[in-house]
Amino acid sequence: MRTTRRTFVRTSLATAAAALLPISLHAQHALPARRAIPSTREEIPIVGLGTWITFNVGGDPALRDECAGVMAAFFEAGGRMIDSSPMYGSSQPVIGYGLQKLGRPSALFSAEKVWTSSAAGGPAQIEQSRRFWGVPKFDLVQVHNLLAWKAHLQTLFQMKAAGTVRYVGITTSEGRRHDLLEQIMRNEPIDFVQFSYNVVDREAEARLLPLASERGIAVIVNRPFRQGALTQRLQGKPLPEWAAELGASSWAQLMLKFILSHPAVTVAIPATTRADHVRENLSAAAGNMPDQAMRERISAHVKAL
Amino acid sequence: MSEWWTYRAEDFLLFSPRVYWRMFELHNAALWPLHVLTLAAGFVIILLIAWRPGTGARWPALILAILWAFVGWSFLWNRYATINWAAAYIAPAFFVEGALLIVVSFLNGLAFDRRGPAGWIGYLILTFALAGQPLLALLQGRGWASSEVFGIAPDPTVIATLGVLLLARGRLLPVLLPIPVLWCLLSGITLHTMGEPQAWAPYATLALAAAAWVWTIVRRRADIMKENRA
Repeated sequence: MRTTRRTFVRTSLATAAAALLPISLHAQHALPARRAIPSTREEIPIVGLGTWITFNVGGDPALRDECAGVMAAFFEAGGRMIDSSPMYGSSQPVIGYGLQKLGRPSALFSAEKVWTSSAAGGPAQIEQSRRFWGVPKFDLVQVHNLLAWKAHLQTLFQMKAAGTVRYVGITTSEGRRHDLLEQIMRNEPIDFVQFSYNVVDREAEARLLPLASERGIAVIVNRPFRQGALTQRLQGKPLPEWAAELGASSWAQLMLKFILSHPAVTVAIPATTRADHVRENLSAAAGNMPDQAMRERISAHVKAL
Repeated sequence: MSEWWTYRAEDFLLFSPRVYWRMFELHNAALWPLHVLTLAAGFVIILLIAWRPGTGARWPALILAILWAFVGWSFLWNRYATINWAAAYIAPAFFVEGALLIVVSFLNGLAFDRRGPAGWIGYLILTFALAGQPLLALLQGRGWASSEVFGIAPDPTVIATLGVLLLARGRLLPVLLPIPVLWCLLSGITLHTMGEPQAWAPYATLALAAAAWVWTIVRRRADIMKENRA
């Protein structure tokens, strides 16, 4: 199409108008896709928000407000699941601050963890976490990094039966202890499992992801960008032309689409300190998803760079 | 922790460099102008050591004791522990070092009559802690606001203490060394893991201090052997 002065002016005005639109209107155009949690069929947006490192800002008022801004952008773009842990320093009170500032959004799906080697200390830690968040109860509590998992799982199953938590899960990261994780997935009635999976770390495809499908366990994917290392490595490198077929305009979106297109994945939880990145991540959950051939192409391309 | 060998230093870093340096900005802003007093206390320590060699170490040790306890409480316990839960376990070590320095001060357990290379390295380290360390923030483009100042931040306080201990002699010296040495290692690892070039500061302090002590020990043994021959 030939660009005339009129079409140029019209396009420019439309672009400028789009930039001035409120965020909520942008969000309406690209609501993230949802997937069902197998144990209840409750649907949840497939991109959540991780808080490892990014939300550990202590008592810094400016950075706390910045985190609240990230949360605001997350909810406005249609996000629901926020994931944290007692291990993440001040992340829990910072989430609580953000939730209070945003008027306690009803969309929140709270995902927490229990992380203590003391079996008896589990309930007290979960209660302390709940107070930090300022929520009546958690949607999901996971045993962090399989620490004292037998005892904590029993506590969590009892809490679920009593109605003080909705879902029970277990986590690991960076490919650690997959054999034990697999054993737990086979033998325990857990709702969620969380592990690392991304365009270069694909070990989970062999056993964990198929097993999660088979057993009806929801999968949360952590470290989708290897804690920012992948996006840093790809910074400045041109996005392949074929990324446009998927509507991906950044490496982060392309790598997220790779993860989200695996049918066994329920939610990926990238962490960020920037509201624009949160919007970018959630918009990766809308639109076209790669098929198997395209997934292989993405993985091979990123590995080759 | 199972499969501990699969963990790297990065896995234990809970915060970003940005948050870490912002913490110093907030800490400095909250305590200003106390920096003037703590720096003055540091220069008083140098003067006490330089002008009164051979006399008791009551005052330098007492000043350091107060500053160790203050930094442990104000920085590690109240501020650093909010982003690094491990700091809550390290803060008591600062109180212990403060208590040890008080005991040494009370017993007049150190003498500042060290001469030769060990003494000069001691002065070098002490001067760096007081006048050099605060400049690192500026040199790395962070501006004055996040400077680490003696008596306010842990690194210059600990580094200065190692400088003072290099200038000292006394039976209680070995008791005072482990906590500053361990802190320098820990701080160096933290800064290195964050990719901060100034990790060299605690590492270089340790290397210089180790070289000075080795030189002192070798020299002392050589002197003893000479005396025995004579």
